[in-house]
Amino acid sequence: MKNSTLNFLKDRLNGLGRSVRENIEALGFATRMFFAILGRSVALLKRPILVTDQIYFLGNYSFVIIAVSGLFVGFVLGLQGYYTLNRYGSEQALGLLVALSLTRELGPVVTALLFAGRAGTSLTAEIGLMKAGEQLAAMEMMAVDPIARVLAPRLWGGIIAMPILAAIFSAVGVIGGYLVGVPLIGVDDGAFWSQMQNGVDVMKDIGNGVIKSCVFGIAVTFIALYQGFQSKPTPEGVSLATTRTVVISSLAVLALDFLLTAVMFSK
Amino acid sequence: MSNINSDSIVSLKGVDFSYAPGERAILTGLEMEFPRGKVIAVMGGSGCGKTTVLRLIGGQVQADRGEVLFDGQNMATLSGADLIKARRRMGMLFQFGALFTDMSVFENVAFPLREHTPLDDEMINDLVMLKLNAVGLRAARDLMPSQISGGMARRVALARAVALDPPLIMYDEPFAGLDPIALGITASLIKDMNSALGATSILVTHDVPETFEIADYVYFIANGKIAAKGTPEELRQSNDPFVDQFIHAKSDGPVPFHYPGTSLIDDFGIKN
Repeated sequence: MKNSTLNFLKDRLNGLGRSVRENIEALGFATRMFFAILGRSVALLKRPILVTDQIYFLGNYSFVIIAVSGLFVGFVLGLQGYYTLNRYGSEQALGLLVALSLTRELGPVVTALLFAGRAGTSLTAEIGLMKAGEQLAAMEMMAVDPIARVLAPRLWGGIIAMPILAAIFSAVGVIGGYLVGVPLIGVDDGAFWSQMQNGVDVMKDIGNGVIKSCVFGIAVTFIALYQGFQSKPTPEGVSLATTRTVVISSLAVLALDFLLTAVMFSK
Repeated sequence: MSNINSDSIVSLKGVDFSYAPGERAILTGLEMEFPRGKVIAVMGGSGCGKTTVLRLIGGQVQADRGEVLFDGQNMATLSGADLIKARRRMGMLFQFGALFTDMSVFENVAFPLREHTPLDDEMINDLVMLKLNAVGLRAARDLMPSQISGGMARRVALARAVALDPPLIMYDEPFAGLDPIALGITASLIKDMNSALGATSILVTHDVPETFEIADYVYFIANGKIAAKGTPEELRQSNDPFVDQFIHAKSDGPVPFHYPGTSLIDDFGIKN
């Protein structure tokens, strides 16, 4: 009896040790892969078309979902903001509330979450299927480095597309807030825009929002690429990797958002 | 058994290989020579390590022991620019073509030219059309890989593999899953490409009739070792039980029908 308990504990401890070791190994591999992609990005300067193609593809994938979501988030912000501000008689500040909420938080964060679900998953599936179909091996055998030719342009495409998409999200959101606040509820038009103009700081609010979305762009795109590149070359492997991309990148975005907010907006 | 030419483009010398330390050895003490200008087949059952031989030659995996020489260079010691240089001199046709699914037939064949040569679009266009013409798919240039059949994909992949006119062309299961017409076309293309380019072809396959039709020399691999070798004619007349089982597709022989394990008596609990 005693022996079996000891063995059970031993097994558990072994399992724990193995999983810690595997995770550290994966983290090390991911870090090396990240720097390998960065290191091989210099060649892209000679062929910027590879990156612009990816910005176009990734941006196009996500444009509709991001514009529509931005509009509805703007609608909701307009409604919720009005009801809360109205209690204190400051509904004039609705424009400011909508703009700050969007540029500081919702724009970068919601865009990143939607991007992970739309473009991130398709990146993972694409790379995973390229691996399963021996396309990456074929590229290697053609003396073309898949990290430089496939992964690097996609990473930069994601990093550049994300702030643009976040800006679109915020802009459409502001329009949504305006539509609900001004024509529908009747907040003063001039106050809506002038309060926004006075209260939003280009560097602190918009600039920090852009930095956030760049960081999210790196995180989400890299996680998607890593998961695709590391996926088992089977249908189950690719589907598992796709799920992982959404889960891990969503958590990473929310955790990074907390850290970035703490650093950027603390006094 | 005939001796093969000593002027080899690829030599494997005493190669041991396993995919991870301590795991089952895939290849042990493998000795192979691939003479220039010939079509050489590497045959054997599924999972016998045939494809691994190609991966070793391509430098995608490294031998645990022994040497893999390509044009006198040890593939295991090459890295960076040297490995790229060596691989530019090899063309490889993957089992199912491995065409880039996001590119058209034309772009797939143009890919190695765009990546490795400073040629302008007009020149690339001419070269790609020549290659596509050679495999009979000039008119399919604008189709996407999803729009063509498996046999056509294999032909496009062949055009892509020879785009840079490599002296060595490797084929991984080029006949798998093809209908008889596509099979015949692929077999004659392999032979024709080899003589037209003056290249050496290594053919990894388990298709006996087609291979024996076009190969100059055949290696049989079983249990990680060379089980038999010779010209197709020599092998047809061989008394070796493995070769006999393989060539005549017999279900039982040196390669047993039953997966090795506990005996029938044990499994059914039959008592004496």
